[in-house]
Amino acid sequence: MTKTSIQLKLNGISRRADVEPNDVLIDVLRDKLGVKSPKVGCDRGDCGTCTVFLNGRTVRSCLVLAIEADGGEVVTLEGISKDGPTKLQKSFVDRSSFQCGFCAPGMVLAATELLQNNPHPVREEIQEAIAGNLCRCTGYSPIIEAIEAAAKK
Amino acid sequence: MPIATDFEYHKPKDLSEATGLLSRYQGRAQLLAGGTDLIVWLKEGMKTPEAVIDIKGIPELWHLDVKNDTLSIGARVTFTELIESGLVKERFPALWEASRTVASCGVRNRATLVGNLCSAVPSLDGAPALLVYDACVHTRGPVEERKIPLSEWFTGPKRTALLPDELVTAVELPLPKKKSAGCYVKLGRYRGEDLAQVGLAVLAEEGNLWKLAFCAVGPIAKRAEKIEALLKSKKLSEALIAKAKTLVVKEISPITDIRASSEYRLHMAQVMLERGLKTAAARLAGKGPAYGVSVL
Repeated sequence: MTKTSIQLKLNGISRRADVEPNDVLIDVLRDKLGVKSPKVGCDRGDCGTCTVFLNGRTVRSCLVLAIEADGGEVVTLEGISKDGPTKLQKSFVDRSSFQCGFCAPGMVLAATELLQNNPHPVREEIQEAIAGNLCRCTGYSPIIEAIEAAAKK
Repeated sequence: MPIATDFEYHKPKDLSEATGLLSRYQGRAQLLAGGTDLIVWLKEGMKTPEAVIDIKGIPELWHLDVKNDTLSIGARVTFTELIESGLVKERFPALWEASRTVASCGVRNRATLVGNLCSAVPSLDGAPALLVYDACVHTRGPVEERKIPLSEWFTGPKRTALLPDELVTAVELPLPKKKSAGCYVKLGRYRGEDLAQVGLAVLAEEGNLWKLAFCAVGPIAKRAEKIEALLKSKKLSEALIAKAKTLVVKEISPITDIRASSEYRLHMAQVMLERGLKTAAARLAGKGPAYGVSVL
């Protein structure tokens, strides 16, 4: 198998990584590029903990080959909060929306994408936007309320 | 979980390069668009290709436009792009409605409609709406192009009419000639991300013409032709709906699996038929729930 050197913009910084064709993006982000916010949960696209922005859209980084990101742009939680927590993140903190926090990076990115595309979502739209991000602690209510509150600000 | 299979990765820049690669690998290559099925299958060892051919570098597969009264959806077009298309929402609202029910936002941002048709799992949400709009699948091989009606596309669960050296370039839908309205009714175990237990698309056309297609209740998604024949040219009434419901058992062959029992699927398919017919009829009359609102 051929090792390929890929180049991508990761959280605004140009990075290189040597990957094999069957390397998956989540593993390369965590193990080779040192970005630890995306988590490996179900590892099959169902739980949303591995969510990252790839070329402007949230994707399941467990379902992307690293080589597909060559020449692309990846933004993780670390990238959206470079200048401190965003309004949305503060809203989560204010309501103690998370307990264990394992789903939080994916949840924050899913909600960030929603508010980018739709600054004033109704409750159903919030629920749909995070439907693919599983939380086993909270029952979702404090998460939905935080997104609603951030959208109202 | 790492992918155990070693494979080469190719990203062709045009169709002839892609078909050249397909010919070279003789069925031992897998095509990659969104990857939301393929990467899972690679991880689980269900697919062990020698090569993965990423079609996202082929500009001819990116289009979503109308030519000659036909909507053409390129193989690289994602469900999110369909949902965001005013053209799809206006002219093919049942497809728009179905696209919104596929998996989750993060999956729809990558998953493609054509990929859905190529994966050909029985529960594919993409198929029923395409079937009622009389969609055609366009393929390209090393020597010829083919145009395959979607009704002849699925040959079994996860099996299609695609040949090993072909790729799908687009799926095409003729613009409805008559005034029409539709709906996609999806039954899942809960609201939010789930595979369909039963999926039903209904298209009502002016003049009491009906088109119906089910998924997840048989080995392949298909039209309900017996029910369509019964309803043809008749005004919808409670008695007619009741009669149509008795035909559901002849149209579908649901199995019992982790998501639902056969009996539950059969029962709900009848409930969904009634609500689907009424919803499509109401929408055709300019009433009924807005597109995107679940009727279950």
